[in-house]
Amino acid sequence: MDALLHQVLAGLATGGIYASLALALVMIYQATHLVNFAQGEMAMFTTYIGWSLIQAGMPYWPAFFLTVGIAFLLGVLIERVIIRPVEQAPVLAVVVVFIALLLILNSVTGWIYTYTIKTFPSPFPTQPLFGNRYLSSHELGAIGITLVVLFLLYAFFRFTPLGLAMRAAAQNPESSRLVGIRVGWMLALGWGLAAAVGSVAGMMVAPIVYLDPNMMGGVLLYAFAAALVGGIDNPMGAVVGGFVVGVLENVLGAFVIGNELKLSVALVIIIGVLLVRPSGFFGRTQVTRV
Amino acid sequence: MSKRTLIALLILAIVACALPFIVSNYRTFQLTLVLVYAIALLGLNILTGYNGQISLGHGAFYALGAYCTAILMDRFGVPYWATIPVAGAVCLVVGFLFGLPALRLEGLYLALATFALGVATPQLLKYHLLEKWTGGVQGIVITKPAPPFGLPLNPDQWLYFFTLAIAAVMFILGYNLIRGRIGRALIAIRDQHIAAEAMGIHNALYKSLAFGVSAMFTGVAGALGAVAVQFVAPDSFNIFLSIVFLVGIVVGGLASISGALYGALFIQFIPNIADEISKAAPWAIFGVFMIGFVYLMPTGVAGAVRLITRRKAP
Repeated sequence: MDALLHQVLAGLATGGIYASLALALVMIYQATHLVNFAQGEMAMFTTYIGWSLIQAGMPYWPAFFLTVGIAFLLGVLIERVIIRPVEQAPVLAVVVVFIALLLILNSVTGWIYTYTIKTFPSPFPTQPLFGNRYLSSHELGAIGITLVVLFLLYAFFRFTPLGLAMRAAAQNPESSRLVGIRVGWMLALGWGLAAAVGSVAGMMVAPIVYLDPNMMGGVLLYAFAAALVGGIDNPMGAVVGGFVVGVLENVLGAFVIGNELKLSVALVIIIGVLLVRPSGFFGRTQVTRV
Repeated sequence: MSKRTLIALLILAIVACALPFIVSNYRTFQLTLVLVYAIALLGLNILTGYNGQISLGHGAFYALGAYCTAILMDRFGVPYWATIPVAGAVCLVVGFLFGLPALRLEGLYLALATFALGVATPQLLKYHLLEKWTGGVQGIVITKPAPPFGLPLNPDQWLYFFTLAIAAVMFILGYNLIRGRIGRALIAIRDQHIAAEAMGIHNALYKSLAFGVSAMFTGVAGALGAVAVQFVAPDSFNIFLSIVFLVGIVVGGLASISGALYGALFIQFIPNIADEISKAAPWAIFGVFMIGFVYLMPTGVAGAVRLITRRKAP
């Protein structure tokens, strides 16, 4: 029982990280109806930027916020320079551009920082908080930060005029343009926000999986699974999905099928959910007019 | 088929037959791989280009075909040429079965489900219960076939012609499939699945069939690839392979038979060129090439060629 509890809690911690990345995926999906395959590599790249800042002697928290800011700018830049020209292209062409972006970021990171594995510091104390036996303070902190990010995003989209404009631009670009919203910039802003959320996920996962250019491969797959479980058009669902996938991955990996087939869990979850509820547990069913 | 296309095909056939006597053995081996990829891309194109179902997991079927051949040759002593129909048949059945749940998934969701399949493939191949057959992480080494009937060819050249012959058969099969009743049904489903259903096309059957046939092509390619490389191991069938296939058909040209060949040339030779340009970050250069092709030729190389020939034609 004790071991089970331990696995569930550890699963919640990694689940928080999947949730953040899934949230970034959902945000870009909502704005553009595209799934960004490069999301994981964008997060990885910005995590390296954070690592450089910390190596240069900056204290953790200023480096953290500076990295988030840089990630935001990077996201806007990528949307403006690389994605904008293929806006009208067929879906598959855009997917190829995403894959190209993934390769470029991965390769350039390996070139700049080499492929040797690096450790990434955690901002939280090394001994467990509140004397609990189950969760390290980094895991607890990662969950906390995920929830804070989620709350901030919710507040931004719900209560600010800019958030309202972004939602409008995503939902109905033509009408939004007519009432004076600059839809193009709203998309870029969405990319920036997604990149920023991704960078938080990257910096939270790096102390656990260590920093290397391929660290996001598995995480991205779980984030996809999380986004699908929750419904790809529902941010709240993505977060719940992230926690569910994290727990399932850990519990099944530890007790049922072993670590060897852990990634296949994601496959089973994705196919299982899609078979039972193709739009996810919180997603809206798409209704199309013939 | 017009006269011009026939002449072009004839020239292509002559060049293809002459090439292994002109270039080095290593280049011949690379050209064999181009043919192998062309078959795989044709298979993926039937599914994605003609039927509109995106697959990011075709590396799994390629791996299945390769392992079928390797296991049959290594464990059961079956000759290499006899393993290829078996690999195709196994992939046809598995692809058809995978296509059944995939029926419920559209566009993006299917892309993600197949993406998961592609990511999980190396792990499944390494799974310890299968190790008796698959050889686990080490994989299986198979012997290179020698030319039969005392033909005056070296093994590389023989393998090239063997692959060329099978590629020709597969391309004719693919061409006839697309031009016929089934092909029209597939395209109708892609363009307007509701209208297609109203016209009496059994959507579910044809979509699963497309998956099966596509997997069969890719499986045959995998089997040929295994014979050509003489080695199969789980880590050579990672998600990257599946992604490269998708890149190949988009760059080559979606819904086009010749596009498979252009795409195969792209995925075989552009990484080498990228490697020569920059040793430090070759994949970054490859990515730049990908973006460049998509910007300049949104309908792929085949689309661009079509545009140019149409302009020239009176």
